[in-house]
Amino acid sequence: MSTLTEAPPPLSPTAPEKKPPRKRGRFVPYWLLLPGILWLLVFFALPMIYQASTSVQTGSLEEGYKVTWHFATYWDALSEYWPQFLRSVAYAASATLLCLLLGYPLAYLIAFRAGRWRNLIMILVIAPFFTSFLIRTLAWKTILADGGPVVGALNTLHVLDVTSWLGWTSGDRVLATPLAVVCGLTYNFLPFMVLPLYSSLERIDGRLHEAAGDLYAKPSTVFRKVTFPLSMPGVVSGTLLTFIPAAGDYVNADLLGSTDTRMVGNVIQSQFLRILDYPTAAALSFILMAAILVMVTVYIRKSGTEDLV
Amino acid sequence: MTTVTTNKTDHGGDVRLSGISKTYGSFTAVHPLDLTVPHGSFFALLGASGCGKTTTLRMIAGLEEPSSGSVFLGDQEVTSLPPYKRPVNTVFQSYALFPHLDIFENVAFGLRRRGIKSVKKQVEEMLDLVQLGEQSRKKPHQLSGGQQQRVAVARALINTPRVLLLDEPLGALDLKLRRQMQLELKRIQTEVGITFIHVTHDQEEAMTMADTVAVMNAGRVEQLGSPTDLYENPHTTFVANFLGTSNLIEAEVDTKTGDDIVLKAGGGKLVLPEARCSAPTTTGGKVLVGVRPEKISLTHADDAGEIPEGRNRITGKIASGSFIGVSTQYVIDSAVCPEFEVYVQNVDRDTRLVPGADVVLHWSPAHTFGLDAAQSLLAGTPGSAGIQEEAAA
Repeated sequence: MSTLTEAPPPLSPTAPEKKPPRKRGRFVPYWLLLPGILWLLVFFALPMIYQASTSVQTGSLEEGYKVTWHFATYWDALSEYWPQFLRSVAYAASATLLCLLLGYPLAYLIAFRAGRWRNLIMILVIAPFFTSFLIRTLAWKTILADGGPVVGALNTLHVLDVTSWLGWTSGDRVLATPLAVVCGLTYNFLPFMVLPLYSSLERIDGRLHEAAGDLYAKPSTVFRKVTFPLSMPGVVSGTLLTFIPAAGDYVNADLLGSTDTRMVGNVIQSQFLRILDYPTAAALSFILMAAILVMVTVYIRKSGTEDLV
Repeated sequence: MTTVTTNKTDHGGDVRLSGISKTYGSFTAVHPLDLTVPHGSFFALLGASGCGKTTTLRMIAGLEEPSSGSVFLGDQEVTSLPPYKRPVNTVFQSYALFPHLDIFENVAFGLRRRGIKSVKKQVEEMLDLVQLGEQSRKKPHQLSGGQQQRVAVARALINTPRVLLLDEPLGALDLKLRRQMQLELKRIQTEVGITFIHVTHDQEEAMTMADTVAVMNAGRVEQLGSPTDLYENPHTTFVANFLGTSNLIEAEVDTKTGDDIVLKAGGGKLVLPEARCSAPTTTGGKVLVGVRPEKISLTHADDAGEIPEGRNRITGKIASGSFIGVSTQYVIDSAVCPEFEVYVQNVDRDTRLVPGADVVLHWSPAHTFGLDAAQSLLAGTPGSAGIQEEAAA
């Protein structure tokens, strides 16, 4: 009994002593953030500010550029290059959809059916990254080459008749058509779709499938009502990781496309590196960024992923 | 054993397992098993982890395919039916509530899958039954463990299944809540009259809730009966030790007088009613004599003369005693059994009963049971195979 009444007092004198170090510790997280913040400041914020100022400059290469708050550059860029913007969105959206259609079954297979092959298949998904982006895209040039086996096979199967009618290919060619660009984008960004899909599918408790089956849901209903809704975070992050870089990509359109398949990335690249019209290039970059931000915000709102845990 | 058939006379809803077994490679999880669970009963499958009880349950649910045998619900054979076609619902150990749906939609899930359009009234009634009417628009992760458990029960019960399967549904709850939920589940079962098959490793839980308990060990049913029957008349040392505590003494059959068997153990004599012995008794043969700790009286050696005639007696020395409140649990060191457990109600405490005191243990022969001596004395005790993992979990 006596120990019970005596026990509490020793606690109170030690408690105030412990407080000061805790106060000092409050700033530790900020110190840890510092390197990251500095990095972002130097390599993200400063270039952004520089680009923003470039976009409202006027002048010429010989005389030098000056900030004249010339916002008309934005309007001029948009009115001249809107077809390329639309094309970028259309190609990126098609590639994202194709990635989802190809990537979802693959991610599902890896997450639920692969068993001991899981790691091997994961390595195969990531393996293309071991070679350069350019080399891989150039390989597609060979694959889709005129008169090559792929084009020959598609021709024999009359697939090209259909795609040409749709305007995706032209005549006997696949290379230098929209289809080739979308194929290249799909191929290059597929891992960015598969990995987030896999990680969100893999987190789903297998017992939820059993529970749904136990509650009279047939396998297709289990997928529709349980698996797919629970994989939504993966679908959203996968589509974003595919769509955003695909919309700004220029390598695929450059190597696999033609002048008729130019995307906004190609325009920015040529404005910056060939025509050397820096204000227009910077303005185009900002328009693209703003457009993507708006689309992504609407998309996230619509898909309601904030609700998901 | 007799109580198994005393339930409702309607046998159309019985669950019948006929020779079902399950093997994984060379490991046999469930040996061929015949079992009938009468319609409307609360049936418990009790055993340590890995004894095959969950596998048996999953075979009834259709989540596991039996290696042999068949499953019948009433007259309908369901062995090859997938789970979504069986009129059976399960309450999973981890509840497995759908995290993306609110409580209302979780409970309505089964009804909607069967194409029932107006579910509102039924769901609300069911949520009221489990006292969660207020929470219907919350997500599962916003509820406490006990509330989630009730949602899981409601989600299964709303489909009025022929059988409700419960896979250790109370395992994740703390002790107090578990006691409360045991009574709650029992109340719900009485109210809805659906057959409940409950899997548990907690013997107290099985005994409090179930009408009939099947004790499983290493893929086989060791014994089946009402809780009192299993407790009073265990047929194996596993059941004797797994359900409560038993003191087991190795004894030799001496003579038989009328309905009783007289046995020799460590120089003394013990009497055992023949009807309560599940082992063959031949003169000179060995038998394990068992008695439950609460059936024994403890008398100080000085008062040995006051013990009435005709009671089984054993002498020993108190090794330790622990005061529990309602009772004191003594461990007695005796010649026939080194750790004899005795629970004495704290009515009139004898102050001489302290460690080191010489005592006489005595009990009525009617409280004695006999077991086959060819089994391990320790089967079913904490620390023996299969039980240890449970304690560690």
